[in-house]
Amino acid sequence: MNVIAQGVGKIFTDPDADKARAFFRKKSRKMVSKVMTVKEAVEKFVHDGEYLCIGGFGANRIPAAVCHEIVRQGRKNMGFAGHTSTHDFQILCAGEVFNKLDIAYIVGLEARGLSPNARRYMESGKVEVSEWTNYSLSVRFKAAAAGVSFYPSRNIMGTDTFKMSGAKIIECPFTGTKYAAMPAIYPDVSAIHVHEADIYGNCRVRGITVSDFDVARASKHLIITCERLISNEEIRRDPSYTVIPFWCVDAVCEVPFGSYPGNMYGEYFSDEEHLREWLKVEEDPEEFKKFLDKNIYSCKDHFEYIEKNGGMHKMQMLRQKELMFIGARA
Amino acid sequence: MADYNVMELMICTAARELEDGASIVVGTGAPNAAAMLAQKTTAPNLVIMFEAGGAVPLIPEMPISVGDSRTTWKALMASGMCEIMETCCRGMVDYTFLGGAQIDMYGNLNSTRIGADHQKPKVRFPGSGGANDLASFCWRMIVMTPQDSKRFVEKVQFITTPGWLEGGDSRAKSGLPVGAGPYKIITNMAVMDFEPQSKRMRIIAINPGYSEKTVQENCGFELLKAKKIVENKPPTKHELQILREQIDPYRYVIGR
Repeated sequence: MNVIAQGVGKIFTDPDADKARAFFRKKSRKMVSKVMTVKEAVEKFVHDGEYLCIGGFGANRIPAAVCHEIVRQGRKNMGFAGHTSTHDFQILCAGEVFNKLDIAYIVGLEARGLSPNARRYMESGKVEVSEWTNYSLSVRFKAAAAGVSFYPSRNIMGTDTFKMSGAKIIECPFTGTKYAAMPAIYPDVSAIHVHEADIYGNCRVRGITVSDFDVARASKHLIITCERLISNEEIRRDPSYTVIPFWCVDAVCEVPFGSYPGNMYGEYFSDEEHLREWLKVEEDPEEFKKFLDKNIYSCKDHFEYIEKNGGMHKMQMLRQKELMFIGARA
Repeated sequence: MADYNVMELMICTAARELEDGASIVVGTGAPNAAAMLAQKTTAPNLVIMFEAGGAVPLIPEMPISVGDSRTTWKALMASGMCEIMETCCRGMVDYTFLGGAQIDMYGNLNSTRIGADHQKPKVRFPGSGGANDLASFCWRMIVMTPQDSKRFVEKVQFITTPGWLEGGDSRAKSGLPVGAGPYKIITNMAVMDFEPQSKRMRIIAINPGYSEKTVQENCGFELLKAKKIVENKPPTKHELQILREQIDPYRYVIGR
């Protein structure tokens, strides 16, 4: 196929669909219990130098417990998909977990402002970057989920985002229309937080799915954290609710309030006060170090983190915000 | 005339651009306030979507994130990134509201970096997010931004999001969908559109209290001028009441 133009950005993962097929050929299809702790899941499936993807949308339905555990266990030199990433990105920057980065959205926490520490890290020159967009990364996962090596899209052409990406412009063999060919991303490991899962990893998600349908299928290894474990009978009672099937999943960790301080659809709203504290304390590197010691390094698990930040009383208030009994900014 | 601030004026100006029955993808903050205001005034059937997957919610209060649960409150559909972006790419979304750290005379936006070294930038911004996608796909891009000559520059340091690229027919030649592009620029001082041939930014309306001279002085490139430049209408009492009491009672956006 004739390549009309190409970006100079690096492609950090191999888009080869046959190599991916060879991997997935050996991936277990056994429906066995995959229940373990977050600590065990990260020890087993997240390794230095691998490529990581985090599900959800920044501070909404994120596997916060997994992000903390990756930092706590000191993973380094990873590749990361900065796709719709906000608070998850902020946590991983705190641990300087990655040094290769596909960028769609980073550094910011949307309307809340920019993370001073994430900016310092991104302006340090320690991270090698390729530039993409939210939809570009979505279709890179979609390509991988479909078992193909690229996906054609009609964005980014003509911009510097394209020039700093690893995309290539090609011509449609049917119409002659130009497309940006987006190379598939098969992450080594991803983590997704869901509402409910059974012990085998059949998952239910309420609310928006963002790109998680494809991320789950594209990933070589997948860690699921769930608000609640439910029975396999309940999954079978109505299979139309299943968003991720067990054969994609390697670990299932029950973590109630697992998206905290992020929002969880229908369960609890984001803890805006705590997210503001993160942003504020990052302004002073010494204060931030103490904050991380308190909230990540000295915590045994997610429960301890929640206990230190208001416990059940806080969770109840966030639930009332989520259900609009009180306003989000009340 | 009611008392108002520039943020309220920009939101009201943007809201009036949206006709009833149109579709739009919006972000958080001022763009969301404008879409909500349009829905509560002149465009009750406005179809509002969010890039993370929320479609046609009855937005109960201003979302903090384009993926938070306010974007799916009593919505018609909770979908995903591909569903929304593909709806845009199919040609079914009329408007999007965007912003950026820098904008040039062709409406190209920079939200990526300041500084020459891409791997070690002087200032790193969030990047495209969904902005490049929405500007590529939605028929009409409207930019809401405060105006000064640091923001309105001759040449943006990085084209994150496409405007009319280098003007003329350069956008059509790039491969981006034909017929979509920047439509209006709404600032605290004026409203601009784009001259149809050159695709250069052009003043079409000036806000009360500003002059052509001040608008030009606060812009780093030469602005074209429409044959007839009108004075932009200030917010009405009705608009301000809805904005202040129903949409942003905590002055989260309008208090900025």
